[in-house]
Amino acid sequence: MRKVMIGNHALSYGAKLSRARVIAAYPITPQTDVVELLSEMCANGELDAKFIKVESEHSAMAASVGASATGVRTFTATSSQGLALMHEVLHWAVGARTPVVMGNINRALGPPWSIWTEQNDSLSQRDTGWMQVYAQNNQEVLDSVIQAYKVAEEVQLPAMVVLAAFVLSHTSEAVEIPEQEKVDEFLPAYQPRYKIDPEEPHAFGGLTDPNGYFELRYQIQKAMEGAISRWEEVGEEFGDVFGRKYGLVETYKVSDAKKLIISSATLASTARTAIDDLRKRGEKVGLLRIRVFRPFPSEKVKSVLRSIDRAMVIDRNISFGASGIFYQEVKAACYNEENMPPIFGIITGLGGRDVRKEDIIQMYEDVMKRDKPKSDIIWKGVRV
Amino acid sequence: MAINLKELSKQGDFLTSGHRACAGCGPAIALRQALLAAGKDTVVANATGCMEVVTTIFPYTAWKVPWIHSLFENAAATISGVEAAYKALKRKGKISKDINFIAFGGDGGTYDIGLQALSGTMERGHNILYICYDNEAYMNTGIQRSGATPYGAHTTTSPAGKKIPGKTQWRKDLTEIIAAHDIPYVAQATISEWRDYMGKVQKALSIKGPKFINVLAPCQLGWYYKSEDTIKIANLAFRTRFWPLYEVENGVHRITKEPKKAVPVEEWLKLQGRFRHLFKDENRKIIEKIQKRVDERWKRLKALEEAGL
Repeated sequence: MRKVMIGNHALSYGAKLSRARVIAAYPITPQTDVVELLSEMCANGELDAKFIKVESEHSAMAASVGASATGVRTFTATSSQGLALMHEVLHWAVGARTPVVMGNINRALGPPWSIWTEQNDSLSQRDTGWMQVYAQNNQEVLDSVIQAYKVAEEVQLPAMVVLAAFVLSHTSEAVEIPEQEKVDEFLPAYQPRYKIDPEEPHAFGGLTDPNGYFELRYQIQKAMEGAISRWEEVGEEFGDVFGRKYGLVETYKVSDAKKLIISSATLASTARTAIDDLRKRGEKVGLLRIRVFRPFPSEKVKSVLRSIDRAMVIDRNISFGASGIFYQEVKAACYNEENMPPIFGIITGLGGRDVRKEDIIQMYEDVMKRDKPKSDIIWKGVRV
Repeated sequence: MAINLKELSKQGDFLTSGHRACAGCGPAIALRQALLAAGKDTVVANATGCMEVVTTIFPYTAWKVPWIHSLFENAAATISGVEAAYKALKRKGKISKDINFIAFGGDGGTYDIGLQALSGTMERGHNILYICYDNEAYMNTGIQRSGATPYGAHTTTSPAGKKIPGKTQWRKDLTEIIAAHDIPYVAQATISEWRDYMGKVQKALSIKGPKFINVLAPCQLGWYYKSEDTIKIANLAFRTRFWPLYEVENGVHRITKEPKKAVPVEEWLKLQGRFRHLFKDENRKIIEKIQKRVDERWKRLKALEEAGL
């Protein structure tokens, strides 16, 4: 069934179709529609889940960890300040190996107070051990929730499905709602390896001395490494069942490309239209959209870059004192490789400032006439 | 189930011996008694603190019931997630048993950093029992003052110095704060009066909805007394009326056990090194001040009880 819906509701439908059994969430702009619709679904009996209306995001994640450790599929959603408040428990969800799935609406952090889109909230959680998927449209938001549960429950790590504030969260698009039966087949009920059960008591989260801690951290990294191929396979399998294929990255017109634009989320969608225009002018340019950010698809990124003469990364985020975060990651992946092109880093659109097709074309023209990067940041669209 | 020693001795412990708590640890006794009262079909969430640390160290555990530790401030939120998940499983017919959900937190994790999560959990009406083992300071980190530390007490962050004689604020009345949430059952207890305490745990677990018990659990390390005196000191807290034993059931206060004759609070204070400085001539007035406060609080509680409030 096709339905016109905003990105937030795509998250709700994703959680419903995945048959989340516990939802714990706290309201924050621009996430509220996600939990409002889920509340309605619970109230109408369309979704058989316990909805815990917690008193903070910190408790939202704490309750999610508790529910997930009890062996139940768990969902939550937040944004920006809410995600920042959760930070302590985000680490816990990973160490506890609870496959919680969360929607995060990318919104800028204050001060100054802002509700518009920027990626610093989720990218600040880069090192927590959460898997992160950046969606470019509402269909992908819905589909990614289902895929996220499949991967998360297999590798026992939590996953975040990330979408841009307003650009997706409040923009209506036609979305195909998969049939429940097919989703059930694709994503069977969660079978936890360990759970809180008085018939078989276990202790979760106790003190662990240096004799044990290191190995447990090693296992988290191994799980992340294993998740790389699983995201790819699950994306393929999803395509076989539902007709929409997904990967770790998405490429567009790269087969003969000499120049490459690298970006994520909705900026990558805008870049695609810019590429169409540039192609008409004879520019051999392609797009690399990084969809799964954690685990980072280094091999995929390198394989695309090998045949490229010049690449630019567009970041709607910044690591102060360094550079754009996707830029850092791409550069780091390529550093020990032979014959890699120069990579330029662009920062634009912070705090939700609009980035149009024309802006990307102008960035491209500017960057591609430069020989090599003189610094790690090329600012675009900032008034200074 | 009646609380009698004969029955209890048959049941076996759900918190095993061999854990790493200090000799004479009050909180460990509080946990053990609560679990004896609760029985096997119990799930425990534990806030960060002494009891979390001393009952673990991977791969060991002293718990014979399922146990989950999350963070310092979120034991209440964690147990609410566990309880909600069980409800979901029950609805699906995956389990049929009734399970007790108990969260344990110290006073630091309950009065202070965990108060918001506790308040939220109580307000939402989860079917859980939260037990605060109150040892009146942050003991796990080395005896720092908390919202539960009594007036005049020396801690490492409210040291008795030449100018400031220990803590200069009154303790927070958490039991009444939680009672103000209008939940079905709130109680105060202590480990020396075990029959009273365990009866309250059983009563609480027989009631649906959120329940809270504040159990005074002396800490020999932080209160500076001999480890064999734990029970004696808990008992004196009750007999001096410093720590009244009462319950608030559906909003009505009832004193569950009353000392026949009140012992002066000085008798309790003098056994504890944390109050030693109060016995200097220049600080004697603080003892009077504490006694006055104890009397006022007792009068207030009696008045509530008599008024049927």
